[in-house]
This record gives sequence, C-alpha cells and structure tokens, in this order.
Amino acid sequence: MSETVIKVENLSKRYRIGAREGFKTFRETLVDSVKAPFKRIVDLGKPVPHAEMIWALKDVSFEVKKGEVLGIIGRNGAGKTTLLKILSRITEPTKGRIELKGKVGSLLEVGTGFHSELSGHENIYLYGAILGMDRYEITRKFDEIVAFAEVEKFVDTPVKRYSSGMHMRLAFSVAAHMEPEIMLVDEVLAVGDAVFQTKCLAKMKSITSQGRTVLFVSHNMAAVGSICQHGIVLEEGNVLFEGSIQNAINFYEGEIFHKKYLHESVSERKDRSGTGEVRLVGFHIENEDGERIDRIPNGRTVKLVFDYRTRSDRGAKNVDLGILVERENGERVFQLGTRFTGQKFHHILPKGYIVCTIKRFPLVAGRYKLGAYLQSESNPADYITALTYLDVVDGDFYGSDYQVYENETRILVDGTWSCYPLR
Amino acid sequence: MSNSTSNITVIEPKKGWIAIDLKELWSYRELLYFLTKRDIKVRYKQTILGGLWAIIQPFFTMVVFTLFFGRMAKMPSDGIPYPIFVYVGLLPWIYFANALSQASNSLVGSANLITKIYFPRIIIPASASLGGLLDFFIAMSVLGGMMIYYQFIPSFGILLFPLLVGLTFLCAVSVGLWLSALNVQYRDIRYVVPFLVQIWLFVSPVIYPVSMVPKKFQWLMALNPMGGVIDSFRSSLLGHRPIDWILLGISTIIILALFLSGLYYFRKMEKTFADVI
Repeated sequence: MSETVIKVENLSKRYRIGAREGFKTFRETLVDSVKAPFKRIVDLGKPVPHAEMIWALKDVSFEVKKGEVLGIIGRNGAGKTTLLKILSRITEPTKGRIELKGKVGSLLEVGTGFHSELSGHENIYLYGAILGMDRYEITRKFDEIVAFAEVEKFVDTPVKRYSSGMHMRLAFSVAAHMEPEIMLVDEVLAVGDAVFQTKCLAKMKSITSQGRTVLFVSHNMAAVGSICQHGIVLEEGNVLFEGSIQNAINFYEGEIFHKKYLHESVSERKDRSGTGEVRLVGFHIENEDGERIDRIPNGRTVKLVFDYRTRSDRGAKNVDLGILVERENGERVFQLGTRFTGQKFHHILPKGYIVCTIKRFPLVAGRYKLGAYLQSESNPADYITALTYLDVVDGDFYGSDYQVYENETRILVDGTWSCYPLR
Repeated sequence: MSNSTSNITVIEPKKGWIAIDLKELWSYRELLYFLTKRDIKVRYKQTILGGLWAIIQPFFTMVVFTLFFGRMAKMPSDGIPYPIFVYVGLLPWIYFANALSQASNSLVGSANLITKIYFPRIIIPASASLGGLLDFFIAMSVLGGMMIYYQFIPSFGILLFPLLVGLTFLCAVSVGLWLSALNVQYRDIRYVVPFLVQIWLFVSPVIYPVSMVPKKFQWLMALNPMGGVIDSFRSSLLGHRPIDWILLGISTIIILALFLSGLYYFRKMEKTFADVI
C-alpha cells in the first residue's frame, strides 16, 4: 500500500517573540495611551513595537506513505515540536497546506489531563477521552491498559498517591492503546527509568509494526534508528535531508552536529547548563609532543586541553573537571574526573587551560562523544553533554599488530598473558 | 473520533470566522461529558458535606438577604414572602455567577491541555458552565420544600422551566465564551470578573422585584439578559404574577446576540490560543 496519507506543502510557521508576547493588559493599553495620547491611541491596534518575528518552520514539504514510520530529528529549536503541533492541529500554520488521511492521534506529552484527585480508573477514562478514544473502546481495552501499566492493585486509589513511575506508566499505557491511523509522537521516551523506557520502546515498535503511519520525534538516535524506516532532518525550520533513517542520522550527526560543533567555538555554545562560575571556552587535542591532532591513536599518550574562563576576576576555588565519553548511541564508556584522581584544583586563575593526560588511550577505534563538566565548590558550573566527537584510530595498543574491532571490545585493557605448567 | 473511516483533514491558515464543525463537536461529546464529570467529582471529593454545599450557598444567602433587605430595608416582594421571593431569584443567579467565574478562567486554567492536545476548544468553557447545573438542581430540591411550607402550588408556567434553565445556561456560556477568550489575551479579565458579577447582581431583579423599578425604565431591565430570565423564573414557578413575555422576549434576544457574538469572537481567536496562552 503506497498511498500518501500525509502531505505537507510549503508549510511555514511564524511566531511573535519578545518581552510583550501576548500578555497585554487593559491597564497597560490604557496607561500607554495616557503617557503619549496621540501616538499610543493610534498604535492601539498595531502589534507591540518590541515584538520580533521568527520563522519556526520555513517552507517545509514532505510526504508520508501509509504504514511508513518517519523519524524527525534535529537540534533543539529546529522546529520538530512545532511541526508536530501543527500536524496535531494545536496551532495553525502561517502559510502552506497539509492533508491528512485518517484519524490522527498525537502524543506530545505523557499524562496531560490526568487529575490527581481522581482514581486510576477514572483517569484512564478521562485521559482516554482526552486522547480521543470513546467509552466503549476504553472499556474494551481497560484490562490491557491496567496490565501494561502494572497498576492492578491501585486502580481505585487516587492518582496523587501513585509514585511518579506508576503515574507515567499508567499515562503511557493509556496513550499506547490509542489506535489512530496516523500517530504523532514527540519525545515521550525521554521519561521514566531505564526499565520503563525499554518497555515503551518495545511497545512503540509493536505499534509501528501494526501498519500504522507514525511520525516520531526524538533526540535518542538509538530509538529513532530502531523504530523508523525513513527520516527527515530539520534545522532552523528547514528540511535539510530526507531519506532512509540511517542516512538521516548520519547526516544529522555529520553535518549538523559534528561540523557545527567543531567549527562553532566552545565559548559560543548554548547547549550547556550550570552556574557559569567557570566556563569552558575552547578545546583541542594534542599528542605527547604537544602537536595538535584531530584523531586519537589508541595506545598512545593523548592530552585533552580545555581552555576555561572564570566569571570572577579572582578566579575560582575547588574546581573539578571531568570528561564523559560515550558511544554514538549514548552508551557511556567511561568517565574521568579530577575528583577520581584526587586532583581538585584549589584555586585557579581567571584565564587558563586544564589538561587531561591519558597514557595509552584505551578505546577501540571508532567514533565517540565527549562531554565535559566543570564544578566549582561542588556546584555545577558548566556542563556540556556533547562537546565534540572523538575519532579514535588504531594505534596498535598492544603492539601486536592485531586489529581489535568494536564488536570485540570497547575498552582496551592493558593486560598481558602468561602460561605456567604444573609439575 | 471513532466514527471516522477515511476522512481527509486539511490544515491551512484560515482568516476570520470559521463555522463550527458540528459533526466534529458531536464526536467529541464524550470529552465534554468526562470533563464536566471530572469538575463535579473533584469539587466533592474528600469533602464531608459533599452535595450539601450546593444548598448552603443559596440557603444562607437567602437568610442574610431576608434579614437585611427583607426585614430591615423592607424591600417589597410582589406580595409574597420575601424568603421564597429571594430564593427563587437566587437559584438561577448563583448558577449563572458560578458558571461565569468558572468559565472565564477555564481556558487559561487548562493551558496544559490546550498546548498539547487537540479538541474543539469550545468544550472547555462549555464544560465549565455545565458543572454548576448539578448544584442548581440540588438547590431546587430545597425550593420544593419551601413551596410546600409557604403553600405555593406551581402554575402552568412551570412548563416554561426547561426553557428558562436552557436560557440561563446559554447566557452563562455566552458570557463565558467572551470572557474566557478575552482572558487568554488580556490576563486582567480574571480580576474584572468578580467585580462584574457583583455589579450584575444588583442590576438584576434578584433582591428586588422588577415592579420596584419605575415603569419607564423597566425596559432597561430587559437589556440585562438575566433580567427577563430571573423574573420569569419567579413568575412561572410561583405563579403570583403573570409572566412578563415582553421582558422575557427581549432578554432572550439579547442572550442569542451574546451567544452568536461570543461564538464569533471565540472562533476567531481560537487559532491563537495555543500560541498565546
């Protein structure tokens, strides 16, 4: 069946941003007109002068066939959620046209509409109705929903007594039993503990295998890669790539993530958290001779150099720096921090750089993600989860000329073997 | 909802007023039911008096009004005992005032739903206005007792009762549509409402009868949509005067005008709710 069920043509969405978006009060309007009577009264009907317009989506066009599972990936702010909101009819497009064939169910947030005073039973019906299921459908699936959520014993207790895990399981369970022809899902796998997330992922997979058309937005590349067949990459409101999901992921990580992140200076990066007491402003890698290198040969000494600045002129105290190395799918390989090595920096000057020296770099060849964090006085000062990519190449770790592959091991352990006979 | 086979939905920017999709609204009727049920349940959960609260408000208001307006101020009451006079006026009034307060903040209060889920937004002020009807009917039961006590036999006018209830609901919804939509954009509407409700009480024939107003100004009472409704409630239930059809007629027209204009404004602003709320 290759019928087109979603057709998006030249979709654009503009938002008004700025300090006074929306919340005008009559009082403000009146006060303004008193302050400068002639100007303000004339201006009453016009948009507020400080308002800036941004285009969240620019001329987006794509088609989805029946039964297809499409992943929508992109950086934060690329427009993914806006796209889903428009497809869900929560907000209206500024320009363009969309045609949807079939009943649409959207899951933009898990548990919206749950009321804590009502029991699990009552909330299943309420939430189900909010999601668009009718009473008979809910009654039919009631036992299944309760079983999936594993809340059999608590069905008649008010939801405010549930643990947060139970809360989420129940909400997700109701949502997962929606049976729309087109399903729009936004980042809902980012909630809950690891066990729950595995369950959700499995359920998502079973939903997609039932022949439903699904649009899935997520930052979790592993999930996207395993559930979707096709993918589009959004960046600043534009569709930059459309194709198979693996190619889309590679494009996203290669073009958007890697290139941008290597060329954008660390100091300008915004995807960080922390107080800002101390901040990373630069990063590069050196070999043992102090020469800058792009790729790390395993088995050799490598220096990771982090340039920093402190907010105060007096520098910062008790600073901890740490690195987190993960595989591309987010699986953590190792963490190394100054607090592990007992090397807290008691006082650092306002400008400087901190070096992490690793002898015999122990990772098998491949691409890894590097994150870094800085703490000052035990407060998180700067945390960038995805600072850059590390490309590790074979440097003959064991000196044995044996090419160790990624599926054999990720960490190269510095060990040797000996054999002794028993007499 | 579940009755769609293979319907095509077209999404594109629309200008001005969009007609209400009645078919779609009907398919969402269950949501209206569940939201209203939720509001009612939540109101009574974990309370000890439960439904009794629906009686306490009108009853004690009646007692206080009788004391101050009936006795001390010696307010005329069309020849019938003041307590029952004021109680019959209070019933639709309290329903209207509560529905109005609930409806005006209903959209902003459901911001989480509006920004994450699609359904015809009109359901929200509608369900906010519906919840109070249960309280209204509970309070009516006390009226039954009072009528027996004061020996009132309902006249044929009682047939008008469903129409009057419907008109009160429509009036509440209409003003609710206006206020809730305005409140999304201008947040100070919320503070205007209690004040509005207070003034409205004095402008309506709840505490005093229409007959107290000089004849040449009585038509002004009709401009108040609740004016004709409350007066007719009294006349139809207690039968002490004939129903003033002109008053009721004018009020009905005003209510319809409010409803249609409220609907228009609401639908026009609906597309901006999720962005502005």
